[in-house]
Amino acid sequence: MANMTLTKVPMPEQDPKVRARNFKEVTLGYTAEMAIEEANRCLGCKNPKCVEGCPVNVRIPEFIKKVQEGDFKSAYEIISSTNALPALSGRVCPQETQCESKCVRGIKGESVAIGRLERFVADWYRENINEMPQKVASNGIPVAVVGSGPAGMTAASDLAKLGYEVTMFEALHTAGGVLVYGIPEFRLPKAIVANEITKLEALGVKVMTNMVIGRVLTIDELFEMGFKAVFVGSGAGLPMFMNIPGESLKGVMSANEYLTRTNLMKAYDENYDTPIIQSKAVAVVGGGNVAMDAARCAMRLGAENVYVVYRRGEAEMPARLEEQHHAKEEGIEFKTLCNPVEILGDENGRVCGMKCIRMELGEPDASGRRRPIEIAGSEFILDVDTVIMSLGTSPNPLIRSTTPGLDTNRKGCLIVNEDEMTTRDGVFAGGDAVTGAATVILAMGAGKKGAAAIDAYLKK
Amino acid sequence: MFQIVRKKELNPSVTLMDIHAPFIAKKARAGQFIIFRIDEKGERVPLTIAGYDREKGTVTIIFQKVGFATKALGSLNEGDYIRDFVGPLGKPTPVEGKKKVCVVGGGVGCAIALPSAAAFKEAGAEVTVIVGFRSKDIVILEDEFKAVADRLIVMTDDGSYGRHGLVTQPLQELLESGESFDEVLAIGPVPMMKFVCKTTEPFGVHTSVSLNPIMVDGTGMCGGCRVTVGGETKFACVDGPEFDGHKVDFAELMSRNSLYRTREAEVTEKHACRMEAMGKALIK
Repeated sequence: MANMTLTKVPMPEQDPKVRARNFKEVTLGYTAEMAIEEANRCLGCKNPKCVEGCPVNVRIPEFIKKVQEGDFKSAYEIISSTNALPALSGRVCPQETQCESKCVRGIKGESVAIGRLERFVADWYRENINEMPQKVASNGIPVAVVGSGPAGMTAASDLAKLGYEVTMFEALHTAGGVLVYGIPEFRLPKAIVANEITKLEALGVKVMTNMVIGRVLTIDELFEMGFKAVFVGSGAGLPMFMNIPGESLKGVMSANEYLTRTNLMKAYDENYDTPIIQSKAVAVVGGGNVAMDAARCAMRLGAENVYVVYRRGEAEMPARLEEQHHAKEEGIEFKTLCNPVEILGDENGRVCGMKCIRMELGEPDASGRRRPIEIAGSEFILDVDTVIMSLGTSPNPLIRSTTPGLDTNRKGCLIVNEDEMTTRDGVFAGGDAVTGAATVILAMGAGKKGAAAIDAYLKK
Repeated sequence: MFQIVRKKELNPSVTLMDIHAPFIAKKARAGQFIIFRIDEKGERVPLTIAGYDREKGTVTIIFQKVGFATKALGSLNEGDYIRDFVGPLGKPTPVEGKKKVCVVGGGVGCAIALPSAAAFKEAGAEVTVIVGFRSKDIVILEDEFKAVADRLIVMTDDGSYGRHGLVTQPLQELLESGESFDEVLAIGPVPMMKFVCKTTEPFGVHTSVSLNPIMVDGTGMCGGCRVTVGGETKFACVDGPEFDGHKVDFAELMSRNSLYRTREAEVTEKHACRMEAMGKALIK
């Protein structure tokens, strides 16, 4: 008998006051009982819309049916047949705009908590079985994957499962890309990412860290070395700034830098040597998920006041509602319809305030969102000592500038055809390097598509 | 893991190491840099490449033991390994088409001025080298410079060796005597580079400086290394590390470089405590 409760089984969470000062995971995950109770809300639609809403087409009703039966191992096998990284997507996917947005239960009440169930199944498997995948028989064909983030990991996994000899190159010292340097520990524990990398290695993927492709080796040199195809999943790249006065003051940095110091370099752990700025009051400029991550890190690193400064209204914020909600619970203050015009410094060149101007919403712009307009004379000074710019990124030029014939669009993103192939024969690409900053799951979808396209290309 | 295959103390505070890193050795060019990290808990530290041996697969680094990470690196020995070594990063020194150049090195900056001087020489330029040190006991690489320079001028601040004075003095004299250079390249402490630029500016000689700002990833991702050059924001790791010195905002660079100075002292103290405790435990 289906559970007809209109709301999801609530997710256990750390108390906001406690978690705002630690880096442990915020959401604790369902117990087996909670998972079964929630799974029973699924009606098992004959024509499941949720599957269409998933970029990697997880067979959702099938795995949920297994959860209902308490057969979590089978549930895991169903998920992992199409999704290489369920413990990650179960945590960081915007399910509310994907699978869950299509759920019939969502018409009257809340949709089934597909993401929470996916996470439960992946965690249960890792904690109870965690069987490493078996290396399949090699077809002897070497393929290079550039970048070890969600696009690269997915492509590497799928290619290795097809028998290719995969080498995955990573520029930083730890594999995982944005999952390691960007997304904080409290949203995605790094041990989970490391476990996924171990699985890739079990599949026979050779992981080479400290390799900046475009510098130490060019794409052409990869082909000279014998790689028959290359998948580029090099991520988004260079942080943008506002070009307002005061941006070079001490205490202004990009969200990329702040998050990398905190997450990859573990500045929050006193056993690490990583320096990070000590702040009393922090303004994070921007309204995306990265801004939420930076703000929540700032709170955990000891700031007394943390503000998210965003030029449009709260309704226009691109960050997931769940992230906004968590941030507010932790005491982060949203200053919406507010835009910085100047960062103020003291005699030592250290930030001592940020001059902002209030905004109002005008007519919709090209993005379909109402355009923010300055309200004349409404300037005020926000009392902060640190400003973190979270305004998005522009693609890294290292690969495109060293690879003749690799075309990019006006924004510098790699151009690919419907098979994820770039303008260079045998060079495929996916993830943020192609789309500009987007989500983990879209990058995973691109990695999956790229791997299939490489297989088809090499079989021609 | 990357092995230290050779270690040589050049003076009491400056150490040379050859690191086995064949991929980097194959690609490295003068002017580029690497980032090292000693162990899992260490910082990522950029160092400009001081040399490379493509055959042996080694990259030479020369560093002054000033911060915690460089002190820790200096305490390692031949045969030891460091966790991470990544490069070559940044753009190489543009040496093509220069007929007459002057390379100015200050202190440990001479270590990275040397490969650039050699690269200019190899590209067919007539190379004048001016190097400056505080005193005689810390003069490094004199023989190596002699081998690549058409003219070498050694300066010491206290007059204990070579000529007495700052590197800007002979440079000023040469320019005043009518010498012309296609390029002056200055590598050393920020104030020294700033004054070299001030010296050459009235003569309209193109002057490049090699910058080493605070950096995390070195690939263009963090933006921590941004410098203002000609009013524009540039990332030293991908746009540099060499820039037109007449356009660099040196005051801003010096200010930004001081950001983590207190933290650096804390880390050094923390490790001193840790080492002291370890020592005491050993004595027991």
